[in-house]
Amino acid sequence: MKISVASGKGGTGKTTFAVNFSLFLNNIKKNKIVLVDLDVEEPDCHIFLKHKNFKRKKCFREIPKVNEKCNLCGKCSEICEFNAIAVTNTKVIIFPDLCHSCYACIEMCPQKAFDIENIEMGEIHWGNIASNNFYFVEGKLKIGEVMAVPMIRQTKNFSAERFGENSYFIFDSPPGTSCPVIEATKESDFVVLVTEPTPFGLHDLKLAVETMRKLRKKFGVVINKAGIGDQSVSEYCYNEKISILGEIPYSREIAELYSQGKNIINLPSINKIFEKIHKNILSLL
Amino acid sequence: MKIAFTTTGKGWDAQVDTRFGRAIGFFIFSEESKIEYYVSNEQNMNAMGGAGVQSAQNIINLKIDALVTGNMGPRAFQILNSAGIKIYLAEENLTIKEAYEAFKKNELKEVANPNVAGHWV
Repeated sequence: MKISVASGKGGTGKTTFAVNFSLFLNNIKKNKIVLVDLDVEEPDCHIFLKHKNFKRKKCFREIPKVNEKCNLCGKCSEICEFNAIAVTNTKVIIFPDLCHSCYACIEMCPQKAFDIENIEMGEIHWGNIASNNFYFVEGKLKIGEVMAVPMIRQTKNFSAERFGENSYFIFDSPPGTSCPVIEATKESDFVVLVTEPTPFGLHDLKLAVETMRKLRKKFGVVINKAGIGDQSVSEYCYNEKISILGEIPYSREIAELYSQGKNIINLPSINKIFEKIHKNILSLL
Repeated sequence: MKIAFTTTGKGWDAQVDTRFGRAIGFFIFSEESKIEYYVSNEQNMNAMGGAGVQSAQNIINLKIDALVTGNMGPRAFQILNSAGIKIYLAEENLTIKEAYEAFKKNELKEVANPNVAGHWV
């Protein structure tokens, strides 16, 4: 089972939901629970897990490197969809930060003048948290690296290989609706869209809903910080026939726990809300 | 000398486009043959990224000796510099004609370094 937690807007409570939902599942399920932080530009689930001794592994992405067979024909620059290669009268210039590692230049070069170079893009951290059946994985891009998608893909593949397809995966996705979010949600069985009941929340929720519909994903909405703002998110979901899985109230108690890096699942009222959310997800699968 | 100007329209009276990578088009003038023509840059106006790289590649493919534009980022500069193409900066609101006159009088500043940051670096 794979469930992605996404949002559109940042700061709605994706991480809070992903961490606490994972802990909730760990309490009620026999399966291995694997929380995977795929917000590789700014992974922050670990703050709420208080785990220090992560195992680490360096991650690399492959980019083309020109060799002496090159005759400056310019084919590579012509076919590069991402404008990552220029060919002048004296040399080939490759811009690694524009390269999407699609291998088109390597495959299409008439001279076979490309080798592959590995560049370090980040690290995967993982560990066993809290109980024997709760695991955590995070992908973290190196500072200066801008390509989130290959880092997300490697983190996902690593998690699947390491913990097996029979585990229960919760993916904490990046905010937004662009390529990284698509990579973090495209193979999931269900997507939880966490939003807040404000005009900003609604604006970005609509974009996220549009994206999930294009991907033909099953999804539902969790309204976090319920009680602030207005009714527009609820009205929108009602009109669009989108299921509201549950509402997490805006409360001082939650904010205080959060500010101390503590989890909220032990609050009985919250546990009840997560029970309902879980039941609603099961009914939509 | 074959000169390229980034331009917002066609002909000598169009204004210089101060953008390089996402310029609307290039006005090309060969001093020897007196041939002038316009090349659209629409493909790069709408590029997702690397517009400067592709525009620089186009300038190279057009066998240009000197380029007159408004701004130049680091990637495009690296490419054009490596190809030995001279780069000159024209101020905003100049027409192509005015920019060419200023170029002939050596009034345009030659670029020794990129003058604006790239969008990703």
